Amino acid sequence: MTAIQTPVDNGVNVEALLGVREALTDTPEIAQFQWRTRVSWVNGTHSRSSVDSFYGLGEQQQHKTTFTYDVDHPLAFASQDNGITPVEYVLVALGGCLTAGIASIAQRRGIQLRSVQATVEADEDIHGILGADPDVRNGFSGVRVTYTIDADATTDEIKALVAQSQKRSAVYDILTNPTPVTVDLS
Amino acid sequence: MLKTSAIVVGAGHCGLAMSRCLVDRSIDHVVLERGEVAHSWRTQRWDSLRLLTPNWMTRLPGYAYRGDDPDGYLAVPDVVELIERYAKESAAPVRANTTVTSVRKDERGYLVQTDQGLWHARTVVLASGASTVPKVPALQGGVPAGITTITPADYRNPGQLADGGVLVVGASASGIQIAAELHRSGRPVTLAVGEHVRMPRTYRGKDILWWMDAAGVLDERYDQIPDLIRARNLPSMQLVGSPERTTLDLNSLSQLGVQLVGRLAGIDGGIAQFSGSLPNMFALADLKLGRLLDTIDAWATEAGLDGGDPPRRFAATAVPAHTPLTLDLRSGAVRTILWATGFRPDLSWLDVPVFDRKGHVRHDGGIIPSPGLYLMGMPFLRRRKSTLIDGAAADATDLSQHLTHYLDSN
Repeated sequence: MTAIQTPVDNGVNVEALLGVREALTDTPEIAQFQWRTRVSWVNGTHSRSSVDSFYGLGEQQQHKTTFTYDVDHPLAFASQDNGITPVEYVLVALGGCLTAGIASIAQRRGIQLRSVQATVEADEDIHGILGADPDVRNGFSGVRVTYTIDADATTDEIKALVAQSQKRSAVYDILTNPTPVTVDLS
Repeated sequence: MLKTSAIVVGAGHCGLAMSRCLVDRSIDHVVLERGEVAHSWRTQRWDSLRLLTPNWMTRLPGYAYRGDDPDGYLAVPDVVELIERYAKESAAPVRANTTVTSVRKDERGYLVQTDQGLWHARTVVLASGASTVPKVPALQGGVPAGITTITPADYRNPGQLADGGVLVVGASASGIQIAAELHRSGRPVTLAVGEHVRMPRTYRGKDILWWMDAAGVLDERYDQIPDLIRARNLPSMQLVGSPERTTLDLNSLSQLGVQLVGRLAGIDGGIAQFSGSLPNMFALADLKLGRLLDTIDAWATEAGLDGGDPPRRFAATAVPAHTPLTLDLRSGAVRTILWATGFRPDLSWLDVPVFDRKGHVRHDGGIIPSPGLYLMGMPFLRRRKSTLIDGAAADATDLSQHLTHYLDSN
């Protein structure tokens, strides 16, 4: 009896992504993307960010709706906790980027995922941001991501998904390598 | 103007292998060599360097190693002698001390201008080498004054460097070999590690390259692998050719006392910045090695070789307890930076529009899209072994066949 193989479906349209990659040979300029958000101060440490458009594949693009995010600090900072902290958004970003990568790579490699969960933790010594110790950096001293993955694959194959996801992750690169940032007054 | 059917540029092992094939096919040709035969081996190698391929793998068309140390690794002077002898025994038509200054196309083939005169040939084989020019990252502009910078092409031995610390950038074959040598010379070494290809020297009692050769891994073809761009850009294998057949991997370098840090990602205000991605660099290399050993073990079972040493796996590359993200290059802790960041060919004299937007020559397995023009000696040109001395024979055989057919039909 021939076994019928259910096609792998992690919900990622890998063919479309590979199509874009192919197109880059002839039109490399379409690879230039620009992401943007608008931030407005509300009160105290509370601000609201909105994201609705970006530039990529040669033209301005719109999200299907305007997404808004409240950014604030918690009561421990004598704040109002109207939203998560900026650094927590960074962890959300890292988790989202790596997980999207895992799904895409698994799709490409014909690996069926059943569940993928991660805890993303980061350590920060607030001597830095409080200016209380010049030897302490403002940012994270370390970030730890722990994945629990149930998939149709060997442990080494799953480890390889996680390793490849880091290799091709934008947020992982942003966190692990230097990036020029300029802040100006209009 | 001198005329011939084929001009081979470069009398290294690739150019000479091609010449031998052309002789066998009675194609009149010359080999133009800017220096003496095996020029880059005479001028761009460090003193203690040995081939990382064992002697039995030193095969060229019509030549095989017949010495008494098949499992040993040739030192540079012996490589020079071997290539010289091969050129003589092949009666290769080499014009030494002849530098090609330009190659351009005309209606009947190619005009090859040299500093010894003008040639015309209907076909040209570019065998000038993949590693002529060191690739040094743009961030070298940030290196503070007072630090000496050097590449493996200029490095000869530890005595050439100032006492004091060395930052070795790049953990491929050159980087790890020179890092170990410098550390043993008493200079503290920091090694910046990006992507690398981890290899044990021996596996189940045999050289790792014996397995890769026997199992057909080195014969994998460029048109049969899933990601050719990745394969052509793989860093060189972390191997060293030593009489003791030592495995020189990152764990052994750590044990020696070499400090491992992440990839050099920037230099800002004299401060070197290292990537925080080091654990994943280790993971990628360890997993890749595991896949190679899986392939080897599966082949060994098929080939009935499971009677010998059993399969094993190697300890994961250990992440150091404390990995600095920065190094102040102005502090005096580092006196020298060695850029073991790779090499590229020099084809600046090729005046034929066959380059892509990154400046690489476009080719299909060494056949350049300008009729009668061929390329040799590049990583994974036609096979995984194209980058090794042992790869020249198969590539020269294939390309000389194509060249002959081209001459016959034009």
